[in-house]
Amino acid sequence: MTIIEVDNLVKRYGDHVAVNGVSFTVDQGEIFGILGPNGAGKTTTVECVEGLRTPDGGSVRVHGIDPHGGTGELPHLLGAQLQTSELPDKLRVGEAMELYASFYRHPADWRTLIDTLNLTDKIDTQFRRLSGGQKQRLSVALALVGNPRVAVLDELTTGLDPVARRDTWDLVETIRDQGVTILMVTHFMEEAERLCDRLAIIDGGRVVAIDTPAGLVARVDDRKRVRFRPSAPVDRAVLAAIPGVTAVERAGGQLVVTGTGNLLLALTSTLARQRIVAEDLRVEQTSLDDAYVALTGRPTSS
Amino acid sequence: MSALYRLTATETRLFFREPMSVLFALAVPPALLVILGAVPSFREPIPDLGGLRVIDLYVPIIVALGVALFALTGLPQQFASYREKGVLRRMRTTPVRPLTMLGAQLLMSAALSVATVLVVLATARLVFDVGLPRHLAAHLAAYLLTISAMFAVGLLVASLAPSGRSAGAIGTVLLFPNMFFAGLWIPRDSMNDVLRTISDLTPLGAAVQSLQDATAGHWPQATHVAVLLGWTLVAGGLAARYFRWE
Repeated sequence: MTIIEVDNLVKRYGDHVAVNGVSFTVDQGEIFGILGPNGAGKTTTVECVEGLRTPDGGSVRVHGIDPHGGTGELPHLLGAQLQTSELPDKLRVGEAMELYASFYRHPADWRTLIDTLNLTDKIDTQFRRLSGGQKQRLSVALALVGNPRVAVLDELTTGLDPVARRDTWDLVETIRDQGVTILMVTHFMEEAERLCDRLAIIDGGRVVAIDTPAGLVARVDDRKRVRFRPSAPVDRAVLAAIPGVTAVERAGGQLVVTGTGNLLLALTSTLARQRIVAEDLRVEQTSLDDAYVALTGRPTSS
Repeated sequence: MSALYRLTATETRLFFREPMSVLFALAVPPALLVILGAVPSFREPIPDLGGLRVIDLYVPIIVALGVALFALTGLPQQFASYREKGVLRRMRTTPVRPLTMLGAQLLMSAALSVATVLVVLATARLVFDVGLPRHLAAHLAAYLLTISAMFAVGLLVASLAPSGRSAGAIGTVLLFPNMFFAGLWIPRDSMNDVLRTISDLTPLGAAVQSLQDATAGHWPQATHVAVLLGWTLVAGGLAARYFRWE
C-alpha cells in the first residue's frame, strides 16, 4: 500500500529551480531514503511532503492527504524531524515532551518514548545543556510523540559521533518495526546502505535513480575484483580460463582477478586444485559509493 | 484547549527562568511608583491640578507602562527569537495552530501585566493613599483597549524585525517616545497643545488619558477610544499581513 506519493514535484526559489519534476512513492512500512549532494533538492522535497513548503507544480499525497489542503489532518499522521530547528533554550526535556504531547489527539506515552531514546536521566535538563546527540534524539522523540504513521527524518545523524550514529540507526529500525513508514534524507552512504529498503538519488533537483541499494550497485557494475598473494607461482592462463573471469593482472607480488558471478568460489576452488594458498585475500566489490559517484558524477560528501 | 493551556503554562515557566526580563517587566512599574512616591512634594495637593497630587497623576502612567513593557520589549523579542531559532517552524509541523502559539503569548503577557497593575494599584492605595479607580468598568475597558493597542504594536514589531535581538532593540526604541507622550517626564496636563495633541494620537498617550478619566469616574473620551482601536486595527492588521513563521 502506497503511503507517500510524490508526483512530478516542482519547487522554485526565484529563478532557481530547486526541485524539478521529482516523483517517487513510498510503501507502508518501508524505509525510503533520499540521497544526493548538497543543494540537490533533498530537503526541499521532504519539506513539501511535510507541508512546510508549497510546491509550484506537481502533487504530493500522504495517506491520500494533500499537505497543502489545509485540513489540518496531516500533522496527526506525519511526524517531522527537521534539519535545523530548536527549542527554547531553557525548556527542559520533560517539559518539551509534555508540551508536544498535548498538541496531538492520540499522543504516545512520552515517558516510554524518552526511555527508548535513552533520555530519561535528562528529563530535567534544559535544551541548551544537551549535547548534539541528545538534541538529535530529543528531536526524534518529538517527531514520534504524536504516534505518527509516517516519520520524516532529515539528516538524522549529521553531527553525531560514530557510536551515537549506530545507536540512532538501531532506533530507526525499531520505529519501522512498530509499523511506522520512514522517509529519510541522508548523505551518508553507509547509513543509506544499512537502513534503506529503497533509495532515490537526487541530483540537480531531479531523480537520477530509484532502486534498492543492491539494485543501484548492480545497475552501475556487478563486477568484483579479488586480490591475493599466491603462495606459489600460478599460471595466469589457468585463472583467465575460469568462467566469468574477465581479466587477470599482476600488481607487485599480488594477482588481481576481475570477473562477474560467483568469482570468489570459482577462483578459490581452482587454486585449491593447484595446491596454492591465496594469502592476504581481499574481495573488492562495487559499493553504493561507487554507484553514487557513477550516477551523480561527483564524489560523496562524507 | 489543552494545547493552549499547556503552551501558556510552558511560556510562563520560561518567562520566569529569565531573571532579567522578570525584573524588568514585573518589578520596574511598582519600583517606579515607590520612587516617585518617596518624593515629598509629589504627595502635596496642587491647586492647579484640581487638588490632585503628582503621585495621583502618575498611577495611570505607571499602569500603562506596565502594559508597554510587556508589549514592546518582552513579546516582540520572544516571538522574533522563536522565529529566528526555528522554534515556530518546528511547531508548524505539529497539529497546533500557529494562532494558538500567539494566543498563549498574549494570554501570558496579559495575565502578567494585569498582575503588575494590581500590585501598582494596591501599593498606590495602601502606601500613598491614591484613590482606586472610581469607575471600575470604565477602567477595565480602558485597560483592555490599552492592552490590545499596545500588543498590536508589539506584534507588528515582531513581524517586521529580522531577529530577536533587533526586535528587542526596536521595541526599546519605541518605548521611550511612547513613555514620553504618556507623560512619564512631563505629565500630560503640563504639556503644551502641540505635545498634547501628539500625545492624544499615540497609543500610550490615549491609554493614559483613558485610565485617568476612569480613575476620576468617567468613561474614556471618544477620541481616545478611536485612537486605541485605530492602533489595534492598523498595527494588528499589518502584523498579520507581514507575519512570517520562518
